[in-house]
Amino acid sequence: MSNLAVTATSTGEAVQFWILATVAVGGALSTVLMKKAVHSALSLAATMIVLAVFYLAQGAYFLGIVQIVVYTGAIMMLFLFVLMLVGVTAADSLKETLKGQRWLAALCGLGFGVLLMAGIANASIGSFTGLGAANKHGNVEGLATLIFSKYVWAFEVTGALLITAAVGAMVLTHRERTERRASQREQAEARVREGKQVTPLPAPGVYARHNAVDIPGLLPDGSVAELSVNPTLRARGQMRDVSKEPTLRVAELEARAEEWLDRAPSRRPAASGEADAGSAEQSDADRHETEGAPR
Amino acid sequence: MNPVNYLYLSALLFTIGAAGVLLRRNAIIVFMCVELMLNACNLAFVTFSRIHGNLDGQIIAFFTMVVAAAEVVVGLAIIVTIFRSRHSASVDDANLMKL
Repeated sequence: MSNLAVTATSTGEAVQFWILATVAVGGALSTVLMKKAVHSALSLAATMIVLAVFYLAQGAYFLGIVQIVVYTGAIMMLFLFVLMLVGVTAADSLKETLKGQRWLAALCGLGFGVLLMAGIANASIGSFTGLGAANKHGNVEGLATLIFSKYVWAFEVTGALLITAAVGAMVLTHRERTERRASQREQAEARVREGKQVTPLPAPGVYARHNAVDIPGLLPDGSVAELSVNPTLRARGQMRDVSKEPTLRVAELEARAEEWLDRAPSRRPAASGEADAGSAEQSDADRHETEGAPR
Repeated sequence: MNPVNYLYLSALLFTIGAAGVLLRRNAIIVFMCVELMLNACNLAFVTFSRIHGNLDGQIIAFFTMVVAAAEVVVGLAIIVTIFRSRHSASVDDANLMKL
């Protein structure tokens, strides 16, 4: 890029601008319009990455990298951490608390945008200088020269600001313990005194067949032990109840055994005699017979 | 293409961010919209730096980033503290000082 004033960028940059600007605006819109906060955060991260590409394209190489490292790498991930901390399920209520607030806000935004754009259009910037001369000794060197000479005071103040912010965040999130922590014995006594669930909670899973945490264990009478599943999964209704599965399976086996017996009734005593020697189907039928015998 | 298009994009992003601050009531999303506005300003600064051919605009954008990082730390700490005491991140629920 020359030192002289030019009026147009390269075609490549124009193509890149129009494609990525679409992505940036789409990301910004979905940041505002997405219902779930996590989706908003990810859309914003996409917009920020596009902005980093724009910085790089405009000769701000240092800022482009800093944008990716600091904004998408640190700030957006901090946002995601806080979202997880606060709870992803805490959805935004879509009920309007102020009547007509949404329309008025959209109208205000639109008017503001129109005014801003008109102002820029009115400025009529025909030609531009470009950063060729300013970046002659390297972008980072040029920025460093400015920061440590002309803007050194602002740089010092920035250090004070960062220290203050770090201390402030620690003070805000720190919680002083006001009472003594209850000892293990006291906790145990309190649990007995309350009289609810003194024993450990039952484990999830059934019959050495399912050991997933969302499958409740079964009580001796075949009903579901609700306590064996995490309360969060219970609240979300993500509990997989397999208590019906054994009875269904027994019924299926019964039907299959009936069919088998009809076809070859003479083999029945032999099959029950040598249970482990038979085929899979046979041993299934045997198990049914041993289970079904007392009924 | 004239670099002034970057300014239009910046204005558009700023407007979307401002509308988001007005529209949304989840404090974290409002905060993200503020970040979007700050980023739009940074894009404008970088574009001005290119139009005028000096690096001062980039310095200002750099300082904006530093201030935004500090602001995010404190702001998120405040949101977490409010959430701890009220179990809600909605800006409508923080109305204790309302008459």
